[in-house]
Amino acid sequence: MSDGTAQLINYVVWAISIGIFGWLIIDALRIETTYDRDLLVSSREGEIEKEIQAEHHDTPQGV
Amino acid sequence: MVEQARLSLLRVLGPLHVWALGVGIVLVGEFMGWNFTVAKGGVFGALVACWFAGILYSCVAMIDSEVSSTVASAGGQYAQAKHILGPLAAFNLGLFLIFEYSMLEAADAIVIGAIVQQLHPALSPTAFVVLTIAFLTWLNYRGVHTSLTFNAVITGVAFLTIIALLFGSEFWNPGKIIKTEELFTQLPGHADPKSPYGWLGFLAALQFGIWYYLGIEGTCQTAEECRSAPRALPIGTMSGLITLLIAATITWYVGTGLVDWVTLGSSAYPLYDAALATGKQWVIVLLFIGTILSCLASANGCINDASRAWFAMGRDQFIPKFFGGVHPKYKTPYRAILFLVPIAIAFGYTGLLDQVITFSIMSGLLMYAIMPINMIRFRRLYPMGSIKRGYVYPFHPFPSYVLLLFAAATFVAIYFGYWRNMVAALLFYLFASIWFVYHRYKMVDRSRLYTMPWPRPKGY
Repeated sequence: MSDGTAQLINYVVWAISIGIFGWLIIDALRIETTYDRDLLVSSREGEIEKEIQAEHHDTPQGV
Repeated sequence: MVEQARLSLLRVLGPLHVWALGVGIVLVGEFMGWNFTVAKGGVFGALVACWFAGILYSCVAMIDSEVSSTVASAGGQYAQAKHILGPLAAFNLGLFLIFEYSMLEAADAIVIGAIVQQLHPALSPTAFVVLTIAFLTWLNYRGVHTSLTFNAVITGVAFLTIIALLFGSEFWNPGKIIKTEELFTQLPGHADPKSPYGWLGFLAALQFGIWYYLGIEGTCQTAEECRSAPRALPIGTMSGLITLLIAATITWYVGTGLVDWVTLGSSAYPLYDAALATGKQWVIVLLFIGTILSCLASANGCINDASRAWFAMGRDQFIPKFFGGVHPKYKTPYRAILFLVPIAIAFGYTGLLDQVITFSIMSGLLMYAIMPINMIRFRRLYPMGSIKRGYVYPFHPFPSYVLLLFAAATFVAIYFGYWRNMVAALLFYLFASIWFVYHRYKMVDRSRLYTMPWPRPKGY
């Protein structure tokens, strides 16, 4: 591989990286402007346990 | 009353994904890093360090499996400590996790850049460091199932290349390619390759022995995204540890049998050097591929784990609530994933591999020192029968004490080599704790902190 080819690969790699970061930033901005802010941070710890308990009508017990 | 619609992480992972996350983060340690045990303790010192770290991480895996099968929450050890030890311990564990994985991610990317540059000196390592982080960030951003399925494939291939090296070395025909008998031939005027520095060398080797397994505890970061955490986490973590014990043993045997201890102890790519020593082109090509894939898998897993810890801390408002955001389409912690990108690139850009790795190891060890305390208190607060456990680890509290003892011994070993780094890391975490106690914790909405539907702990 010549130095010129290696340099070309470097440019391509930089271009792909910039493209990926550009896509990520645009998508994140789109989400921020489209959805309600409270909805985006509405996740709560323990949702899974509550769902499981509701499904099985179960109470905590030992193994 | 109508309940507000909520976003949550996607529950799509099974035991294979958990395995892929744990082994994926760690396997790179077989391709590089473990061999510094040979420089410190010789061939036998490296084996002792391998076993020692194996016991340490067996304790870590068992403890993690029991607690995380109960706390099905993103953040892993952070979430466990929050419920069992309290907010300050949780805050510190969250930071340990973030720095352990962010720095490991940066180190993996640095290595990929260095490997690529070896193909041609005009190739820019920085460009490939940035591309690695960009591609893996995109993968993690788009969804946890895809990113960890990708990890399962590349980790599996990387593991198979270690097996290929074992067969390429013709282990069934000792003396032909593997020269283990040379270890027992001490040349006049040369140090004994088995143990050049005696017991002190064995102690010094411990700090690098953890490279064989560092990061396996990251499996419990997936707890909130598993279809069945009580099943997937113990199976994935334990099978991951077994995989790593096999890989570590093969790595030690083949590495020390193929490469002389002085060369091995200073090699940047010990398994690749071992492949070169076989003289077989197919083994060399496979190990080159394995080295790159192991770095990619490790960096990918690190992005997953660091972002979950950051997300969990954001959700609890230990850092700004903003970071607790979930992507409405991909159901990933997208803000945490994006926020950690410039940090990883900044560390990767420095190129200071040893400093970056040492801070990562220090953070991991601090976590291991707290885990046994966490476990003992967990059993006191929630005795057997008081709460559902997906896995019950045996011989309690013996493994917790063993872990505490082994973590302390490794700290002593690190102190000899990197005492400045150790003091700097401890000071950093001390100041961060002061900031948390006197400033940040006042802003935490405590009604949101403990939403897990657990029974009251014993004595409360």
